[in-house]
Amino acid sequence: MNSETQRQQVLFLYLEHSNLDGRVVAWTFHDGAGDRSDLEGSPPYASGTAALRDGWRLIQASPVPQRMPGAERVTGRLEHEFVLERLVPAP
Amino acid sequence: MTGDLQLLTTAQVATFVARGFLPLPGIVPDDLNRAATEELHQVLSTWGSPDRPFAPSTGARLDEIYPDPSAIGAVLRHPAVAGALHSLLGSDPVFDHDFVHHKPAGDAFGQYLHQDAMVDPTLAFDVQLFYFPHEVLPGGGGTGFVPGTHLRRVHETDVGRYVHMAGERQWEGPAGSVVLFHQGLWHRGMPNPSDHERLMYKIRLNPTAPQRRHWDTGDLDDMQNGAEDHVFAKFRSDSVAAVLRHRERWLGEADYRLELANRAALWRYVTGDHEFDVDYYLTRTQAREALT
Repeated sequence: MNSETQRQQVLFLYLEHSNLDGRVVAWTFHDGAGDRSDLEGSPPYASGTAALRDGWRLIQASPVPQRMPGAERVTGRLEHEFVLERLVPAP
Repeated sequence: MTGDLQLLTTAQVATFVARGFLPLPGIVPDDLNRAATEELHQVLSTWGSPDRPFAPSTGARLDEIYPDPSAIGAVLRHPAVAGALHSLLGSDPVFDHDFVHHKPAGDAFGQYLHQDAMVDPTLAFDVQLFYFPHEVLPGGGGTGFVPGTHLRRVHETDVGRYVHMAGERQWEGPAGSVVLFHQGLWHRGMPNPSDHERLMYKIRLNPTAPQRRHWDTGDLDDMQNGAEDHVFAKFRSDSVAAVLRHRERWLGEADYRLELANRAALWRYVTGDHEFDVDYYLTRTQAREALT
């Protein structure tokens, strides 16, 4: 990445299960270029794979959940988080 | 004694257990809304000072705070409001805290998604009452909330990373609306890009006794289902389990099933029926545990 000419956009996708083909159930967008602070409306992609096909690069995926003994039914954070990035021209 | 209280139905309480909130649109009359609006502005302008009218103390009984002639007290004692609170909290709930949320027209500030206020492992629950004394139009700064998140053990703004969740709602409704939240429901104050100020009063109340069968249970026997009511075998469409099966759009299959078990456990708490189940998840595990 050339920090003189490029900026990073980051997209957090939360999927319905641990497979990247899964349906997007939540999302957050951050734009290092400052063009857009958000992606409003319906999910920007139907699945994680759809984001890849649009040029996003996967840089992190949450591990498959392991339920802790004694707390098998405890729910909390969204578990299937996929972090993607895209490089765009600096403004 | 419940007297003239307008108690909730079994279906309403089951909806609260399933989704973590219950809307009561427009139940407070306009004259009381006007009086409450004036008093809320007085509270807002005197917050933290000795001049604040009717300032309650944490731990005070609900029926002792905001005495006459307080308009806020009149809202809390309105038969539909008091009946809903009694249905969920039972007799003698106590005051935790309250706040007046004022969103001026054009206010761009929005909170991060959060849960009030600390990670909480108990089945017993607090109720947070949100009262909107005037109409809130779509996009008018109404509180944002995510149905079905109330039983997830998270802490405060730990969930602030999530900006959009499928199925998130933003309150809109007529003047005099009350929305009851389970204390665990994820929510946030939203920007108010409209031309109208948005005023909202929030009060948190704690139960002081088990929250068991305090609503109008006249329909409970008809709706209550046995553990054999199982969506992968034989099941009813008019049972409590049918209400508790409501699936939020943000839920995947795996955590949906966990939430069904958690909702069933909460329904056991509010009914005292420890044989109750939704789709057999608790029952089969208990049966195996009994073998070992």
